Amino acid sequence: MMRENTISTEYRDASDSNPDAMYNPRLDRRRFIGKIFAVFCACVTGIGVAVLAALLYRIFDEGWIYISTNFLTKFPSMLMPETSGVKSALYGTLWLVSITAIVSIPVGIGAAIYLEEFAPKNRLSRFIHTNIANLAGVPSIVYGILGLAMFVRWSNLGRSVLAGSLTLSLLILPVIIIASREALLGVPKTIRLAAFALGATRWQTVRAHVVPAALPGIITGIILALSRAIGEAAPLVMIGALSYVAFVPDGPMDEFMALPIQIYTWCDQPDPIFQHLAAAAIIVLLAVLLSMNAVAVALRAWQQRKSPW
Amino acid sequence: MVGLITDPTRRQNVNTAKEETNREDMNTAEMHACCDTPKSAPPILTVQNLSIYYGQHPAVKNVTMNIPPQCVTAIIGPSGCGKSTLLRSMNRMNDFIPGVRVEGSIQFNNKNIFSSKTDPVALRRSIGMVFQKPNPFPKSIYKNVAWGAAINGYKGDMNHLVETSLKQAAIWDEVKDKLHQSALALSGGQQQRLCIARAIALQPGILLMDEPCSALDPIATARIEDLIDELKSRYTVILVTHNMQQAARTSDFTAFMYMGELIELDDTNILFTKPSNQRTQDYITGRFG
Ligand SMILES: Nc1ncnc2c1ncn2[C@@H]1O[C@H](COP(=O)(O)OP(=O)(O)OP(=O)(O)O)[C@@H](O)[C@H]1O
Ligand SMILES: [Mg+2]
Repeated sequence: MMRENTISTEYRDASDSNPDAMYNPRLDRRRFIGKIFAVFCACVTGIGVAVLAALLYRIFDEGWIYISTNFLTKFPSMLMPETSGVKSALYGTLWLVSITAIVSIPVGIGAAIYLEEFAPKNRLSRFIHTNIANLAGVPSIVYGILGLAMFVRWSNLGRSVLAGSLTLSLLILPVIIIASREALLGVPKTIRLAAFALGATRWQTVRAHVVPAALPGIITGIILALSRAIGEAAPLVMIGALSYVAFVPDGPMDEFMALPIQIYTWCDQPDPIFQHLAAAAIIVLLAVLLSMNAVAVALRAWQQRKSPW
Repeated sequence: MVGLITDPTRRQNVNTAKEETNREDMNTAEMHACCDTPKSAPPILTVQNLSIYYGQHPAVKNVTMNIPPQCVTAIIGPSGCGKSTLLRSMNRMNDFIPGVRVEGSIQFNNKNIFSSKTDPVALRRSIGMVFQKPNPFPKSIYKNVAWGAAINGYKGDMNHLVETSLKQAAIWDEVKDKLHQSALALSGGQQQRLCIARAIALQPGILLMDEPCSALDPIATARIEDLIDELKSRYTVILVTHNMQQAARTSDFTAFMYMGELIELDDTNILFTKPSNQRTQDYITGRFG
């Protein structure tokens, strides 16, 4: 009691004469620390952007002159590198990525919706969740081994586009599930309650409000996952994708090659011209990736507009 | 009379004049002192020996009460006394809280809403809810109002329903030029009235409101109170509030809860002037709570 009294008297005395005397804001110091932090963040960002820019510059510098319609429509050739193209690899990659998307997106989102919205929250669902998270960290070559055993041999799919796509789907499913679950988790609970209070079923609530609200996050997850799939060479080599073919797959049961494998084989050649071809192939790979993202963004915009309520 | 008693939830379309005639007829019956409902009208909700537990903790203890139709019933009481818990149980929104256990019953349309035969989805179409914090969907104003009716298979003219609902919620004039803009761009009070419009677009028999004005300024509050007053010609309103003036102003009946128990339920005028229980007296005169 006594001490409190004295403190408050002191405080009053001081503040009566000059309230500012009670504070030492050290504004300059605080501003300086703020500035240092801002500069640090800018530097870190700069480093990231610079590395990316250097990479892109090198690739475009080496590869751009080889980009032409010929490059896209000719098959690779060891004997005539000047007229080589990536036709077989590009088609293979497009096939792979399409089937992978068709398989992994519905399965991944479905699993995430089930785990987050429908499944009872118990030990089993927590166990499943932890294991999915672990699966996302498994090296891709392991999925290659799995794919070889499960799809190529056991399911008798051979070294087909389908076997490759299913292997890649396995590889990216954990990423899609985790990203979608995270996005669903971020939708405020009040939105669900609002829908339930209007007499909506769980499905209607999820379909009309939860998934649309989570969609940006889900799409980001899908893009990241498919970008990973499109760049993978190891599991495809494992299941026996070809490294040099002069035909394009006609269907999901055909043999195939893919852009990352093409890039890898070209990089392995001693003749410097192949380095340039590899750079050009990387540009093609980037272009495929960017157009995939554009499709995703367009899909999102379309979905938001179409429904009347 | 017929419209009132046969099925209070499926009342005729909002804009038919039938309602008015019904209400004229009723003048011959003996009325409650406060609202135009005959005393003989059976309660729309009958709560019997209701106890609600969160784990082991009883939040509502052995509550028995009747909610008369087409009246405003206010629930008051100190914080934590179980008002929200009681209100949420009336349309089974407690289902979404893990670890809730319910004993006793609430009769609605001669059915216990807790029985396994009652479909909570259908129940919530008849017993709407407005939350304490406005929670519009992150969509357009129009979609916010239309969605509930759409999923429940509304057959009439949707544009018309949206307009009448927004008008009833006293927000039409403010939003009629931006129906297709995001509801999140509205002010808090406007969002709350939008949520009310959304709830009444389903033409529920009962509207549950949990402190609907707690986030609002006095002007918006006054508008919502007027709105509640208008709503009771068509709906039964159950209103949880901390504001005793609000309970006195807007409600026909007031229930006082304390530590999970229903202490007293009476005509609002009587409860606020001559309460029969000492604790009610203490609470409304501000001696505790
Ligand atoms: N989700 C929950 N889990 C566990 N206990 C809860 C939960 N919600 C409420 N309770 C407990 O139940 C009791 C009643 O809570 P309730 O929310 O119904 O009170 P209230 O009367 O609405 O209070 P307020 O006026 O502050 O909103 C309180 O003791 C509270 O601690
Ligand atoms: Mg409450």
